[in-house]
Amino acid sequence: MAFLELNNIRKEFGRFVAVEAFNLQVERGEFVSFLGPSGCGKTTTLRMIAGFELPTTGQITIDGQEMTYTRPNARNIGMVFQSYALFPNMTVAGNIGFGLKVAGKAAAEIKERVAEMLQLIGLADLGERYPYQLSGGQQQRVALARALAIRPQLLLLDEPLSALDAKIRMNLRNEIRSIQRQLGITTIYVTHDQEEALSLSDRIVVMSAGRMEQVGSPFEIYNFPQTRFVASFVGTLNIVPATVVNGARGEVQIDGQQITLAAGIDGVPNGAQVTVALRPEALSLSESGANRLVGHVENIAFLGSIVRIYIRLDETLLSLDEFNNPHLTLPAIGAATTIYFPLEAGLILP
Amino acid sequence: MRVTRFWSWFWIALGVLYFFLPLYATFQFSLKAQRDTLSFLAYQNVLNDPKFAETFLFSLQMAVWTILVGVVLVVPTVYWVHLRLPAVRPYMELVTLMPFVIPAVVLVFGLIRTYAPLFTWTWMGRAVLVAGYVVLSLPYMYRSVDAGLRAMDVRSLTEAAQSLGASWPTILWRIILPNLRTALLSGAFLTLAIVIGEFTLASLLAQPAFGPYLALMGQNRAYEPAALAIMSFALTWAAMGLIQWLGRGRPGGSQLSGTH
Repeated sequence: MAFLELNNIRKEFGRFVAVEAFNLQVERGEFVSFLGPSGCGKTTTLRMIAGFELPTTGQITIDGQEMTYTRPNARNIGMVFQSYALFPNMTVAGNIGFGLKVAGKAAAEIKERVAEMLQLIGLADLGERYPYQLSGGQQQRVALARALAIRPQLLLLDEPLSALDAKIRMNLRNEIRSIQRQLGITTIYVTHDQEEALSLSDRIVVMSAGRMEQVGSPFEIYNFPQTRFVASFVGTLNIVPATVVNGARGEVQIDGQQITLAAGIDGVPNGAQVTVALRPEALSLSESGANRLVGHVENIAFLGSIVRIYIRLDETLLSLDEFNNPHLTLPAIGAATTIYFPLEAGLILP
Repeated sequence: MRVTRFWSWFWIALGVLYFFLPLYATFQFSLKAQRDTLSFLAYQNVLNDPKFAETFLFSLQMAVWTILVGVVLVVPTVYWVHLRLPAVRPYMELVTLMPFVIPAVVLVFGLIRTYAPLFTWTWMGRAVLVAGYVVLSLPYMYRSVDAGLRAMDVRSLTEAAQSLGASWPTILWRIILPNLRTALLSGAFLTLAIVIGEFTLASLLAQPAFGPYLALMGQNRAYEPAALAIMSFALTWAAMGLIQWLGRGRPGGSQLSGTH
């Protein structure tokens, strides 16, 4: 039996179905992210695990115990909020020790645990400060320490980095993962940021319109999307219409130019329209791979570590990523060019 | 630029005259209790009158009860509305505005008709007086608490406390009330100001309050009411100062920006 189990969870708000047919098993110590756009039901699902919302139907068990209708304050779950939710009337130490005080722990034990938590988040000297005297990143660290201080059986993080700027976000992201590994605590992380989900998680649950689209490791989600939504939401993708030439051999035409895919196309007659997904980083301007498409450079965008080149075939516009380096030779805008890519770079989307 | 500055000072001066001239006139009049000389005789007379301290302390006591009952009634209700029933807020606004629409005299006759048989007990009359005062002060107490709760992220704070194992009473006592300190002080002092000077309820319920005493003095004396007006004004300003002083250095002010 998995440590956390969500069985056939459904949540309705009036006539609006926020979450449906949600089934998930999370192993002890696993880091699972719920990834999806705003309104896809990821936070609602997290709130049901925390006990702040009750499922309309379905069952939640934690460590073999039925928790579906258990009060939030009896679940022993640590939660970190996007808005930090630190208690403004308490010092950092007061905030971290709050849960222990509520649990009736001895003052000496609370003091020791608070010091341990402050050490863990690298704010050992700031115990006597008030939340308003801390930066956003420091406040979120305190919120994390406060959630961990009670030794929760499960840690829930609801978009904890969304309110922070990019650099702090990246640092704190690494810290969260490092602390989670150090403590081995089972963690559910809600985010709409694919980079966050891909870099942090053992597994990702991609959600859309209240449903699970795909569950898998970051590698699986990125490289083998099972639905059109996952393909378009995770990473940047060229999604192009194509005509089947020979389904069994995986041959299709894009704007009249033929390419071959690694896998055959089952159940689709020749001449039928399909959708092909091509990752920009799988395409190249240098001769490599069995497929080639000829077009004209329409635009070039510098994105820091990569350069994105937009190439128009006829109707279809493809983007292609090259790693940036000082010796990179780029084609001129308007110049004719050839795109190369291997057979396995193309995926047929359902 | 010069013209703009002139008009700014002109309007400030006009405002100061509008507010302070009557006050100054009242103060000067209150000093004229002795013929041909300025003295604090009117103030001495007021302070030497045992009824002054008696009625003032009675009203102060009623104000404290009103504040306590108001806080116990309003804080959990408004907190719950913020947390779970935000759609009810417009109706709450409407209900709490009723004391502005329904005159106090209507309220007091309703109270008398309903509770008159119980007035044989002294404490019952006082309890009804406090209940009436709670209604009269509701718009001010409600708005203070509502503004205080709007200024904090009630839902996240509540849920954070819940996830840490806190019960509802703990959340209210340890998280919500301390963060409502300034709002509660403001509501409390507004209630105090209303109760101290209130006449209709106290008079018609035959209670020995400060409001009826003020009215009585106004009918029978010349200089003492002016002295009382100045004293009431000073007390109100002292209460405002107390709000500022008690609410100083409240945690939760400006947020530091930083790179950690």
